[in-house]
Amino acid sequence: MTKNYETVFILTPVLSDVQMKDAVDKFAGILTEGGAKILNNENWGLRKLAYPIQHKTTGFYHLLEFEAETTLINKLEIEYRRDEKVMRFLTTVLDKHAIKYNERRRNGAFKKKEEVKS
Amino acid sequence: MTLQNEPINREQKKDKYCRFKKNGIKYIDYKDANFLLPFVNEQGKLLPRRITGTSLKYQRKVGQAVKRARHIALMPYVTDSLK
Repeated sequence: MTKNYETVFILTPVLSDVQMKDAVDKFAGILTEGGAKILNNENWGLRKLAYPIQHKTTGFYHLLEFEAETTLINKLEIEYRRDEKVMRFLTTVLDKHAIKYNERRRNGAFKKKEEVKS
Repeated sequence: MTLQNEPINREQKKDKYCRFKKNGIKYIDYKDANFLLPFVNEQGKLLPRRITGTSLKYQRKVGQAVKRARHIALMPYVTDSLK
């Protein structure tokens, strides 16, 4: 059974740009290998955290939206936990309203988000 | 001497309404921390429904969204000066 998911993860700020992209590619690779369809891959860049995590006050945020089998989520989260570069992650199931909302967001319906991207 | 309750001039009650129902918002995005700000107090605690006027259905969603935003460090768990 496939469902739509969205996952946000925070990578440590000590990584170089290349290392960061490698880490993102790794997780995107896990998803595609597991037969998931990636709908959106968004890099929010280095952002300030609302509170320190592992004594760090900033982190690289990344958002992935995908459609996958429910069993794949477990594999993905295990990989998150194994990887020291990941400080935090959050995976959520999207309901029908969320899917509509995300489509609008992806197409740039909300101006605030464009500022974040640029 | 008669004891009589004097009428108290209370401020006229404003009708509360649920802003999600009124504006037709169906999904509350946890990634948009600024949108969630009106639903928490200065310390970052969730405000009760009786203050924001949110309906129960959407209050639960607001709560869920705020908790998710806290988890990924877009909002603080505890603070003193959020606003």
